[in-house]
Amino acid sequence: MELTFNEVTYTYSPGTPFEFRALENLSLHVPSGSYTAIIGHTGSGKSTLIQHINALLQPTSGSVKVGDFVIEAGRKNKNLRSLREKTGIVFQYPEHQLFEETVEKDIAFGPKNFGVDEEEIRERVNKALEAVQLPEDMKEKSPFDLSGGQMRRVAIAGVLAMKPKVLVLDEPTAGLDPRGQKEMMDMFYSLHESEELTTVLVTHSMEDALTYADEVVILNEGRKYMQGAPLDVFKRKEELRQVQLDIPEVLEFLEKIEKEFGVSIEYNKQPLAELAKELTSRLGRRDDYE
Amino acid sequence: MNNSMIIGQYVPGTSLIHRLDPRTKILVIFFFVIIVFFANSVWSYSILTAFAIGTALATRVPLSFIVKGLKPVWFLIVFTFLLHLFVSRQGDILFSVLGFPFYEESLIQGGTLSLRFFLLILFTSLLTLTTSPIEITDAIEYLLHPLKKLRFPVHELALMMSISLRFIPTLMQEAEKISKAQASRGVDFRTGSLKDRVSAVIPLLIPLFVSAFKRAEELAMAMEARGYQGGEGRTKIRALLFRKKDYIVFFLFCLIMAATIGTRV
Repeated sequence: MELTFNEVTYTYSPGTPFEFRALENLSLHVPSGSYTAIIGHTGSGKSTLIQHINALLQPTSGSVKVGDFVIEAGRKNKNLRSLREKTGIVFQYPEHQLFEETVEKDIAFGPKNFGVDEEEIRERVNKALEAVQLPEDMKEKSPFDLSGGQMRRVAIAGVLAMKPKVLVLDEPTAGLDPRGQKEMMDMFYSLHESEELTTVLVTHSMEDALTYADEVVILNEGRKYMQGAPLDVFKRKEELRQVQLDIPEVLEFLEKIEKEFGVSIEYNKQPLAELAKELTSRLGRRDDYE
Repeated sequence: MNNSMIIGQYVPGTSLIHRLDPRTKILVIFFFVIIVFFANSVWSYSILTAFAIGTALATRVPLSFIVKGLKPVWFLIVFTFLLHLFVSRQGDILFSVLGFPFYEESLIQGGTLSLRFFLLILFTSLLTLTTSPIEITDAIEYLLHPLKKLRFPVHELALMMSISLRFIPTLMQEAEKISKAQASRGVDFRTGSLKDRVSAVIPLLIPLFVSAFKRAEELAMAMEARGYQGGEGRTKIRALLFRKKDYIVFFLFCLIMAATIGTRV
């Protein structure tokens, strides 16, 4: 499903001393099946933006289109349920939303609300557990007996079991250990591929944006600051500096190499080992460098 | 969350009222609440109303914000007035509309009662509007100090108050966050039968309790780690201090009190 934001403005507590404009005239298009990373400093409006995708927030002015659903300022929304079934949101620290007695029941909670039948739910629970790499015998445990990382996986499985078409991830790896972070991001990427999801990732990690996304949107103070393919956006180092963002370490490194040794290497997502090989062969071939 | 509700909400600012010592504000309000019940004439009510509205203006909180915030209370005030008007039957008939008589005495009584009510709510809400919860608890701890002689746990009470006040917004935020997460999983908090709506609250309440307990535990641990041992011998980082403006306010308020009592009938 494709997402379109059309001049969306959102104001918190309008008409009070606490009035705060979180989004301002934001227009954005996310094609169906794409993987879009949304980056911005704290308070730039990222979380506000994603809450428009399943109509948790309604624009103060402008409109949001999600597939065939139109969420417009000042109009009551119908069919919210089917919109929410198709858009799965993994919030920050999703393990805080666990509440059921067993892992199985908690994962089944979403599909049950959307009226999926028992048989199918059981199947979906198993698939979701498999997707987040948890053993099947965990189903009968209480989610509160699990470790933090396992709880996070259960909560994510609960969103996946809804079989959404759009998957929105709000800093899904915050607070996990480095290895867990990578596993989780890889898992989301393979789901993105296999289920043909439209994925929106909110992140602080430039590395993740570079590795997984095919489109990057930079937000600053509620406005769109930049948009484009990751490599194009990350070329504009100075502009990013201005909004307190850095470029990914790999690119920073390659830039330094070019400056120091005059060797320029094109980055197209090659793994670090390959990059190192390329670098040594390029440097080694130069006679004057011995 | 009801955004228009202002009772208990703090609006930061730098007005004279904001900068007064919180003890001054609490004492003035305490005596104001008493003195409101002494008023019984047009003059005494006018003095108190002028004082209350003048103070409200002096806070520099937009008046429209205060008026809108008292919305839930307006209903009560109007209701009190109408109840008196229609139920009690005292004094002379003033006039009648469509054969329904309006009595002079009940009109006056309804009017003064709702005015009292309005003054009380307006004036007390000015305290929380202009004073941060921390200041209020500091002031209460100070004012209750004498009770310590009676072995009343003043410090512990103040600490409990400030902790709960501190965590109200946090819990509200948490509740909003969780309810959004559950709404995204298809919970409908707004429609459906009563039974459906009650059961929709469970996925909200359980995570909220879990996180509240976790927070309490972490807080206790953090406090102990920093050497907290209770109130004995504990000093304050913000010592409360009566300044010139506080004495001036006390003086002015005494004048108001004297004037109110002097104009009683």
